[in-house]
Amino acid sequence: MISPISVSIDSLNIALLAPMAILSFGALAIICIDLFAKNLSKSFYVMLTLLFIFIDFTALIGLNGPSRGFFDVMLVDGISVLAQGIILISSALFIITALSNKPFKEFKKAEYYALFLFMIVGFQFMVATDNLILIFLGLETASLSLYTLIAMHNRNKAFEAAIKYFTMGALAAGFFALSSLVFYALTGSVELSVIEKVLNARNYAPGSAILAGIVFMLIALGFKLSVVPTHTWTPDVYEGSSAPLAGYMSVVPKIAGLVVAIRFLDIFLHAQIAWVEDVLIFLAVITMFLANITALVQEDVKRMLAFSSIAHAGFVLTALMIGSTQANSAIFLYWVLFMFTNIGAFTMLWIARHKKNLWDSRYQHPFTKFSGMVKVSPMMATIMAIFMFTLAGMPPFSVFWGKLYLIGTVVDSGHVILAVIMVINSAIAVYYYMKLIVYMFLKDPITEDGNIYIANSSTPIKVIVGITLTFTIVASVFVEPILGIISTLMKSSGL
Amino acid sequence: MEHILSLIVFFPLVAVFFGFVINKDSIKTFGIVVTFVEFIFSIVLWIGFDTNNAGFQFVEYVSLIKQFGVSYYLGVDGISLFLVILSTFMTLVSLIGLNIKKDIKNLVLTILFLEMTLVGVFLSLDMILFYIFWELSLIPMLYIIGAWGSGQRIYAAIKFFLYTFAGSALMLVGILYLGYQYFIATGTWSFSIPDWHLLVLPFNMQLWLFGAFFIAFAVKVPMFPFHTWLPYAHGQAPTIGSVLLAAVMLKMGTYAFVRFSLPLFPDASVYFLYPIATIAIIMVIYAAMVAYAQEDMKQVIAYSSISHMGIIIIGTFAMNAEGITGAIFLMLSHGIVSGALFMLVGVIYDRRHTKTISEFGGLATVMPRYAGIFGVMMMAAVGLPLTIGFVGEFLSLLGFYKVNWFMTLLAGTGIILGAVYMLVLFKRSFFGEVTKQENRELKDLDKREFAALIPLVALVIILGVYPKPVLTTIDMSVKKMINLMQKKAVLPDTRKLLIRVNSVGGTK
Repeated sequence: MISPISVSIDSLNIALLAPMAILSFGALAIICIDLFAKNLSKSFYVMLTLLFIFIDFTALIGLNGPSRGFFDVMLVDGISVLAQGIILISSALFIITALSNKPFKEFKKAEYYALFLFMIVGFQFMVATDNLILIFLGLETASLSLYTLIAMHNRNKAFEAAIKYFTMGALAAGFFALSSLVFYALTGSVELSVIEKVLNARNYAPGSAILAGIVFMLIALGFKLSVVPTHTWTPDVYEGSSAPLAGYMSVVPKIAGLVVAIRFLDIFLHAQIAWVEDVLIFLAVITMFLANITALVQEDVKRMLAFSSIAHAGFVLTALMIGSTQANSAIFLYWVLFMFTNIGAFTMLWIARHKKNLWDSRYQHPFTKFSGMVKVSPMMATIMAIFMFTLAGMPPFSVFWGKLYLIGTVVDSGHVILAVIMVINSAIAVYYYMKLIVYMFLKDPITEDGNIYIANSSTPIKVIVGITLTFTIVASVFVEPILGIISTLMKSSGL
Repeated sequence: MEHILSLIVFFPLVAVFFGFVINKDSIKTFGIVVTFVEFIFSIVLWIGFDTNNAGFQFVEYVSLIKQFGVSYYLGVDGISLFLVILSTFMTLVSLIGLNIKKDIKNLVLTILFLEMTLVGVFLSLDMILFYIFWELSLIPMLYIIGAWGSGQRIYAAIKFFLYTFAGSALMLVGILYLGYQYFIATGTWSFSIPDWHLLVLPFNMQLWLFGAFFIAFAVKVPMFPFHTWLPYAHGQAPTIGSVLLAAVMLKMGTYAFVRFSLPLFPDASVYFLYPIATIAIIMVIYAAMVAYAQEDMKQVIAYSSISHMGIIIIGTFAMNAEGITGAIFLMLSHGIVSGALFMLVGVIYDRRHTKTISEFGGLATVMPRYAGIFGVMMMAAVGLPLTIGFVGEFLSLLGFYKVNWFMTLLAGTGIILGAVYMLVLFKRSFFGEVTKQENRELKDLDKREFAALIPLVALVIILGVYPKPVLTTIDMSVKKMINLMQKKAVLPDTRKLLIRVNSVGGTK
């Protein structure tokens, strides 16, 4: 006879679930409202979504210190709080871009906002657990919602992008499941902490099975982080989706993936399995070089930014390989700074969105479109140039500090040659960012009508650009407090 | 006087923000007023400067990122004082001489921004801050060359930018590595130069770090074989771009050698003395020969800049007070002279829209005043005694004579070659018959051009005759630095060389 299970409510630590619960409730509420009240303005849905994200954020701030809950499935530690913070802030910045000047079909539908909230829930679960099954569930919830969000943009390109992303994502999910399976078979558990203990006790044998598990996991996470050679979907998907969504995709799924990677790789990096480090260095170097060199020949700004975001992922991959507290802090510092700048840059493209492809039969934002922009729309050109210089790592703008701290970490860990490779890559990268600046500032204008560059602009979007720009420019002041928050949270998570 | 350095650095930036609302017609006057006030600030700095204190003065320190040791740290000493004044002065003069009409507002604001970065480079005592200004100075120059240049301006602008950006990439790793070494040695992070001066590094590490810094500085100077961006940039840049590039931006590289390479890596500096001196001699002779072969006036002066920078490098690596003081003085004099020469070429280019030497001839009869000023500047460039050019060149070579007389002899031929190409340039364009019809009608210098050039001529003569007040101030800080190098040297050979070059008939 099975003995009755008695669980006290306290031990469940329900508070850990509060952030996800709030957003799930919000999503359901939006669907319900849609049932009764049709034809609500998109501004209503955007603000409602924003409101739920805000409540979620306050619930999140309340959490501190590493705590487990819900039968030890949930794990909310420092990096989890940090990652959720990044996810929520970028979500808030992203959803406001829906209030564009031009009408788009997807923003009129309540499902869009419900799906969006579910996606955030998925990502939050993904970073708030060390249970492989829950990670998988979070990953799939988020990804399936994201595929739909891309497709709702309702262009042929968008469908193509969604299908492409879906196919690749399904493959990645398969690899993730395989890897979990291997580790479950080896250790009898799907919790990373237990897996670590069991493997440690067994001295990481048998090697071949562990090799398979790690490789499968790296492939799965590689898809999410768009690491070479599993990056091929990135430019096409970014090209097909709307600009802000592309910017969002370059930040949020990656930070979620990074957190999983940090948790997972921590086991093997601590075990001093040498080849894990070598593989990661190899992946980081090849990702940086390939993405940067491919970005050089792109003709479309959005595709260029897609490759640039791959290169940035390669950059933080180096810190992943080091795995120290300082390195993990560097990852988060870099990502916070990168988040603002990258979302800002993609939002600028969103503002410049024009219904017709006036310049090129294929691309929305070819470089030629921005020729001589400084003459017709000097403010926009300057802002765009600042974002480009920032992404290139030009001091004293935000990403520079992330780069500085990251390369500093790499140098401290004794990988000086890797640091040199990193700076060589940022020297390569500066060329393609500069290409846009050269077009904007040094070429002659192709049009007298400055309105084409702000066709899609509206006050809320301008506010977003303003926020991201301010943060980008005066980052020097914010770096110290951000680093303080990161290291406090990081210390408490013990990674 | 508490925050005068911050004021000097950020005053132009504040002015840029105000400048955005000023009408296009008045922006040039605004620019001149701002740069004049800035120049006055730098003169006030000189007046307030204590000439008996060899250390850093007017120091300002605010910690920016405590966990990582990055700080806002400014200070001035005898080495940087005059370079700051040179920057503010040349910006003022070049703005007075400015006569571009196209997008004038953007240009003036860009130049003010550039001025901030230039002054910032010379005043930063924190390595990260230095790096920030160092990189930031590329952006306005990219814009100036790319937007107001001629011919292949975009190619030239990108080449300039990429060369210098890639060059300084390695320096960033070097900076971070040094910061980490300081952390290991002391347990706290710091990127400040005075802190780093206390750090004694093992020889091997010095070699690598010296190399990492060297590439960044060498591209900027530019040293052979990294010099190829310079003729391009000068060839396409507008006059004001060339003036600021030659007069101030090139000095960033040589200044950085004096400020960082020598005191931070004394042993490596001595170890690399002969290779670097060889490169410098190649620069001097090769660039002079190339200058002789040029058909374009501006290219002649561009290559002559490379040649002169070679002598500055020679003086710097003489490792003694005469050589380094001479090198710094030569930086000032070359700044004034090359700036003036580029402005003079700009004057004739405005009138004839060509810079080709063969298009001219007999200009002395048509434009006597122009020819007179050109003549004075040419003499200064050649290094005629009693002009400003003589003092620096003589001291640099004198300093290096104690290291190696034969190499000094070779470098000295640069002066002769310099006389050859400059005099040929002068002869072909100013003497003889007026052959081209267009040249007969040329107007002589107008008031605006006079106003810009006369102060330069005055300085060339005054500092040529009586350079002492400037030299003693520089000398004082240089000696302190050489003392520091001797203390920090880890190899006995280094110390021996430093004592040898500093004692024979020298200052002690």
